[in-house]
Amino acid sequence: MSTLHTVNKSPFTHGTLASCLSICTDSDGVLLLEDGVFGAMTTTPCATRLTELIEQGVRVYALIDDVKARGLEKMLMSNIELTDYVGFVQLSTQHRCVQSWY
Amino acid sequence: MPANIDGHLIITDKDGHLKNLQDWSENVARYLAAQENIVLSDKHWEIIYLLREFYSEFELAPAMRALVKRVGQQLGEEKGRSVYLMQLFPPSPARVAAKIAGLPRPANCL
Amino acid sequence: MRKKILFISRHAPYGSSIAKEALDAVLTAAAYDQDLSLLFMDDGIFQLLPNQQANAIGQKSFASMLPALPLYDVENIFVHLESLQARGISKNELLFDSVQTLDSTAVSALLAQQDHLLSF
Repeated sequence: MSTLHTVNKSPFTHGTLASCLSICTDSDGVLLLEDGVFGAMTTTPCATRLTELIEQGVRVYALIDDVKARGLEKMLMSNIELTDYVGFVQLSTQHRCVQSWY
Repeated sequence: MPANIDGHLIITDKDGHLKNLQDWSENVARYLAAQENIVLSDKHWEIIYLLREFYSEFELAPAMRALVKRVGQQLGEEKGRSVYLMQLFPPSPARVAAKIAGLPRPANCL
Repeated sequence: MRKKILFISRHAPYGSSIAKEALDAVLTAAAYDQDLSLLFMDDGIFQLLPNQQANAIGQKSFASMLPALPLYDVENIFVHLESLQARGISKNELLFDSVQTLDSTAVSALLAQQDHLLSF
């Protein structure tokens, strides 16, 4: 495991998720939080690239409280994992570095 | 200074609104009303409970226009008037009634 | 004199305070008895999703607050059709039935009718 990427902007209005995914390699993890959780929707602009990366072994997570706050629980891609703040801390320690895309 | 009501310390902010909304009880309401020189009657209580329901439904303390409209819809047109609410909760019904009902100050109250 | 004022809310809820500022501005302006309209576009349409549990992040839910607008006599509530389509959301998934969808041409016309535009 090398880098944990965190994204906190909506992919519908920002290029941050696309930038992140263009850099992300198959030993990395991606955590979507705050408005970044819109990137986990089935209708996300980056759906194809996300699926491709997940198939290569990248683990993609969304922060559960931010998903619930926005009413998105039933609108997410099935291959994205939900995590909480404790999980966030664990992910941070499991990766060598954290890169925040904001 | 915090008031002691039924053994609980009640803390208010500089405008007299409860710091912790869960501190509210009917005795706390009587205490907050006394700070405004108001003695609560049944006519006051129906407005107080209407306000508490408004806040739990909309997560907002209503400004005057919304309060008047809601009172008119739920308690009848003769009560849904500024004059009626002004008599009960002078001098600024939306603010004073919100305070007694244990709500925050209406954000858009002028 | 009554003015036509349109509030345009283009940001997602919670990630920043902009969406809340837009709503506060509408609720405040409602006290002045003007001809108010509110338009949701771009990520602003996400404010209209039901089932928001914002207490999970210590905030107030837009799904609770927005339905108070009719009590403030704000009845002209619009949503930009192309913004819905780009996000794969249909009108019947939104919080209220009373919201009217407008395509880009209709949004242009709406803007052209106003005395003031307030952008959030």
